[in-house]
Amino acid sequence: MARLKEIVGPTYVLTRPEDVVVYEQDAFLVARALPDIVVLPGSTAEVAGVVRLVHEAGVPLVVRGAGTGLNGGSIPIAGGVMLVLTRMNRIVELDPRNRLAVVEPGAINVDVTAAAAQHGLFYAPDPGSQTVSTIGGNVGNNAGGPHCLSYGVTGNHVLAMEVVLASGDVTWVGSRSADHPGYDLCGVVVGSEGTLGVVTAIVVKLLRKSQAVRTLLAAFETIDDASQTVSEVIAAGIVPTAMEMMDGVVMAAVEAAIHAGYPQDAGAALLIEVEGHPESLPRQMKRIEEICRAHAPRMLRTAASEQERLLLWKGRKEGAGALGRLAPSYYLHDGVVPRAKLPDVMRKVVEVGKAYGLSIGNLFHAGDGNLHPIILFNPREPGIMDKVVRAGEEILRACVEAGGTITGEHGVGIEKREYMRWMFSDADLMAMQRVKRSFDPDGIMNPGKLLPVGERPDVTVRPAMAAGMWT
Amino acid sequence: MTQETGETMLQSRDRATAGPRDRVVLNLPELDQCVHCGLCLNHCPTYRVTHLEPESPRGRIHLVRAVAEGRIEALDPARGTPNERFAEHIYLCLMCRACETACPSGVQFGRIAEAAREVLGPPGSPMARRLARLAFTQVFPFPRRLRWLASALRLYQRSGLQRVIRLMLPRRLREMEALLPTVPSRFFAPEADLPAIGKRRARVALLSGCVMSTLFGEVNNATVRVLRRNGCDVVVPRGQVCCGALNVHNGETTAARRMARRNIDVFLDAGVDAVIVNAAGCGAAMKEYGHLLRDDPDYAERAARFAALVKDAGEFLAGLGLVPPSGRIEMTVTYQDPCHLAHGQKVRAQPRQLLAAIPGLHLVEMEGADRCCGSAGIYNITHPEMSKELLTEKMAAVGRTGAEAVVAPNPGCMLQLRFGAQRYGPALPVFHLMDLLDRAYEAKTDC
Ligand SMILES: Cc1cc2nc3c(=O)[nH]c(=O)nc-3n(C[C@H](O)[C@H](O)[C@H](O)COP(=O)(O)OP(=O)(O)OC[C@H]3O[C@@H](n4cnc5c(N)ncnc54)[C@H](O)[C@@H]3O)c2cc1C
Ligand code: SF4
Ligand code: SF4
Repeated sequence: MARLKEIVGPTYVLTRPEDVVVYEQDAFLVARALPDIVVLPGSTAEVAGVVRLVHEAGVPLVVRGAGTGLNGGSIPIAGGVMLVLTRMNRIVELDPRNRLAVVEPGAINVDVTAAAAQHGLFYAPDPGSQTVSTIGGNVGNNAGGPHCLSYGVTGNHVLAMEVVLASGDVTWVGSRSADHPGYDLCGVVVGSEGTLGVVTAIVVKLLRKSQAVRTLLAAFETIDDASQTVSEVIAAGIVPTAMEMMDGVVMAAVEAAIHAGYPQDAGAALLIEVEGHPESLPRQMKRIEEICRAHAPRMLRTAASEQERLLLWKGRKEGAGALGRLAPSYYLHDGVVPRAKLPDVMRKVVEVGKAYGLSIGNLFHAGDGNLHPIILFNPREPGIMDKVVRAGEEILRACVEAGGTITGEHGVGIEKREYMRWMFSDADLMAMQRVKRSFDPDGIMNPGKLLPVGERPDVTVRPAMAAGMWT
Repeated sequence: MTQETGETMLQSRDRATAGPRDRVVLNLPELDQCVHCGLCLNHCPTYRVTHLEPESPRGRIHLVRAVAEGRIEALDPARGTPNERFAEHIYLCLMCRACETACPSGVQFGRIAEAAREVLGPPGSPMARRLARLAFTQVFPFPRRLRWLASALRLYQRSGLQRVIRLMLPRRLREMEALLPTVPSRFFAPEADLPAIGKRRARVALLSGCVMSTLFGEVNNATVRVLRRNGCDVVVPRGQVCCGALNVHNGETTAARRMARRNIDVFLDAGVDAVIVNAAGCGAAMKEYGHLLRDDPDYAERAARFAALVKDAGEFLAGLGLVPPSGRIEMTVTYQDPCHLAHGQKVRAQPRQLLAAIPGLHLVEMEGADRCCGSAGIYNITHPEMSKELLTEKMAAVGRTGAEAVVAPNPGCMLQLRFGAQRYGPALPVFHLMDLLDRAYEAKTDC
């Protein structure tokens, strides 16, 4: 402990219950666990020093960015040391000529885009949490976002990374140029959820802003009409930069929160955005509108100004947060289905909600077939958790049966580690486990996450403060 | 995930409903509304500076929740004194309520923080706590005692004693002393009859305010003139007292409720269309009287009726439709959103509309106009380091606009920004919105 304080300074080693208790939970609302010590390093050297100490002590090490993850990935289920990287938030280098930026892991997603904007550039992955979530956390969960439909997820935008391994050694993976020989270790580390090493610097690609953009809000009578529209747009070979769906439940909450002009009583709405040359856009928009019209839309509205466009997007991005207005808690799921199966699976989601008597909201990246059914509930209701968990499981099963997967972008964490078995054979999982071992032979990095090996985690809540603990 | 995990998860969300008083008081419905999404973090000034979760809105809510669940003690179970570490987190909060604006879930953070402070009592060392209680219960509720104190301060500043004392003070106290505002030679002393000029459009009452009437008497006079020019009969009811905002923000609610009841009686008796407040902090507090007195059977209804009458001066004039001033003010200004106006009362557009109505005046927005300047009531005295950090950042943002003056319709912000302008520059004047409107009208009568 004294040595930890020597490395990062006493202010940044937290052990008092009134300090560490707030780090027991992220945005995954159904579990929490206390870290024993929270450390906030200020540089790679400090991270390496801390990791080396933790490695010597043989205790678990959990990395945390902004704590907005939805799979419980940053919850220290086995206690130990938590490394919080929010202080390492600088944009170290911005290279407009080579269109890249070097950032520290705690740099906030929008800050990178804001810095790049001065040069007419932007950072493409735009998760709903982009005003708070960190690039390190985006890498950890391989985060996506509405515009990933045409731009791709975080993994497509990371060129290289500095990683502190479990031993405390510092290494670089990837390279600044697009092609490099050897194993694609960058690809291995992206989405590893803090189970392989601590990412301490990231080289990201920046893109040039496109010349023109159009955003269309289309509201429909039913979720079915909206889902079919999505399938048909994709089938017609059109690739919008974003195609997002929001159902009536979510729309009501969002409208109450930010007054973006979403219709209050429609069954579902699509937010469709296209980018490109000013000349080609009207043609694309016309084609999309035609498809929408075939499904008797309640409303078709193109954002008239940039301000209106941003407001529509704000509604989409903060939609999940706004659900706190409808129920004290929610379980936000994440699954993927082939886009042609979207209407079928959406019908199934509605059925599951009815069967369990649960209210389910939907707010998701429809263009990618990336569903986010959100089960609303009141945790004070006896026996409710069990129902919520089972309903969620049924929905995810439906995704897998339709040929999809158990997560599109939120990752596995503790939430979905057991579901990994639905997708992978024992041999597959063992292969993954061997990769982990080669990075982290002693298994100290974020134990109990991602891979369904070892004991199932215990997420019972412990008191933060023992009786008589007055120091 | 299996049934079994589902059950352990259930326990994890169960809330203790019985327990010591603090636990019961803090088992607030507002806590349930926080979904831990973190979207508020970067809007919180104390988080932006520290990057520490316990100094963020989500962290503070989580702490209060931990107390409600009996997992952390707010008070030492044996002695009843505050848990200092918990109190530090709760009191490093500026009560700026920027988190409320940011929160998509509609969490009313101010109410959570006020409840926590009510349990803890005033901040600081035992001595400071006793002094604070004395001020909150024995000075603020009595306008005459306040004026007496202000006169004493004025004497201190004029007599040359100030210069002598300054030399003798240790550094920390000297910095606090430097925050003392200069007391003007005249307090606010309105005439009884302040009739509308031109066509009569409304009858309003003005809160004279404890700080406003002693330190900013001229702004009160300007407010009265502007209201009259907009067709308002103005009354300044005698018997009104301080609004009690400082009490509520610092964990003293008994005297605060007494002051609220007094004001409700006085202002409802005045029979007016609106109660006009030109100090954002007071306005926000008075709009919350309904909440403050929700459990008082005799006053709950009256309090709600009163709260509905309370209007910020800028909000009221914009709603009424401003009589356009024809006098010009050739000046470039920038506007600081007072926290308790922008976040507390959601009044942002109206003051800007009024500024735009002044011929010749040009408004340039600064970066983070709605970010706290660090004044926050008595925060600049209780937390000088954090306050200084926020103020230097604010003055830099002001400087980048190239404006010739700052407009901030709240006395706390005006004092802090004046201090900032003097200490860190740029050296520019700080005006109340009513100052400028008044000048614009007066300019017309001059020519
Ligand atoms: C309102 C809301 C909307 C959201 N919208 C989206 C969305 O549209 N798309 C999407 O993909 N996600 C979304 N999310 C989920 C979440 O924001 C993302 O997963 C985000 O990338 C997490 O970033 P963070 O900084 O909060 O990381 P954390 O939650 O702190 O950590 C996430 C994981 O990464 C690991 N990690 C963090 N930093 C590092 C590091 N430096 N090195 C190694 N491992 C690390 C952690 O151990 C953990 O496993 C949303 C969440 C919320 C609350
Ligand atoms: S934005 Fe609101 S719901 Fe989200 S963490 Fe902050 S207070 Fe809680
Ligand atoms: S009131 Fe201001 S300082 Fe306090 S938690 Fe909210 S944003 Fe932070």
